[in-house]
Amino acid sequence: MIDASDAQGQAPGISEHAHADRRTYLIGLFYATILTLASFWVSSTDLIYAPGIPVLLAVLAIAQMGVHLVFFLHISSAPDQTNNFLALAFGIFVVGLVVFGSMIIMANLNHAMMPMNQLMQMQR
Amino acid sequence: MSMVDQIVPYPKAVPLSMRGPAPTRVVVGYGFWLFLLSDIIVFAALFAVYAVLSGETNGGPPGAALFDKRHVFIETACLLASSVTCGFTSLAVQRRDTIVAYLWMTATFVLGAAFLSLEHSEFAQMSVSGNGPSRSAFLSAFFTLVGTHGLHVTIGLAWLLIMMLQVATLGFRPMVMRRFFCFGLFWHALDIVWIGVFTIVYLGAR
Repeated sequence: MIDASDAQGQAPGISEHAHADRRTYLIGLFYATILTLASFWVSSTDLIYAPGIPVLLAVLAIAQMGVHLVFFLHISSAPDQTNNFLALAFGIFVVGLVVFGSMIIMANLNHAMMPMNQLMQMQR
Repeated sequence: MSMVDQIVPYPKAVPLSMRGPAPTRVVVGYGFWLFLLSDIIVFAALFAVYAVLSGETNGGPPGAALFDKRHVFIETACLLASSVTCGFTSLAVQRRDTIVAYLWMTATFVLGAAFLSLEHSEFAQMSVSGNGPSRSAFLSAFFTLVGTHGLHVTIGLAWLLIMMLQVATLGFRPMVMRRFFCFGLFWHALDIVWIGVFTIVYLGAR
């Protein structure tokens, strides 16, 4: 591997230790498989308190996304990865704004909207 | 090692601001990373639409009645395995090992195509039974979100095919290696989006 890190940081997806990479992918596959199996098991089992299942699914999904970022995309908080990490943090921030912002606004609108039958009567 | 790849390391004493522009590989990788993050923001908007509309079935079937978890599990396994074979491809490309690279590229292509054909059969089955995208707001949001991901996988497969041709015609020159590198990032990012899809759409179906 060429050491480009001396210039201006490092691109995402390049890890420092090229010789250990095959193992890195296999470790990632191992964790991702366990988390995927856990997600599918959680969604179809009766052993878990039902209202807790969505929370557990969300935790498992976020954990698996983390595994993919670290072991497949080789994103880390190393000094030469600062730019990639900051871009990722900003991306996650915008994703959060879009998803939760939309859901809150739509739930509010839904709550504030006049019931459908009254609305129909006003239109007549 | 070709001349273009030779990067002379700077002495540690030279401050970052005095080191000149970053090498092309780093600039290309960072630019593509920014594209991927904005692509994920597109998906975030579609996820938000799905979250808002997932209950609006208009008297039609809800997700739980339409989705087959075993089917989704096989799709997930295909995509996860293809992510690993894609990683092995990029390792082989870094070693400029043509035969091994072709082997893993073919494996990645086959797994990606298997995923797409499974998704296509699911879509076809739903459309034929009258539960196409025009049936309800829920199904419109479903087909838009999952279809956009499928479209990305299709583009990824076309890209992979082009890379196979470029290795044959151009060889492992730095330009081709950078494209491989971007393809790897693209493919791994698609798998991350799929984690959101199978968790929210299929496993979270009510």
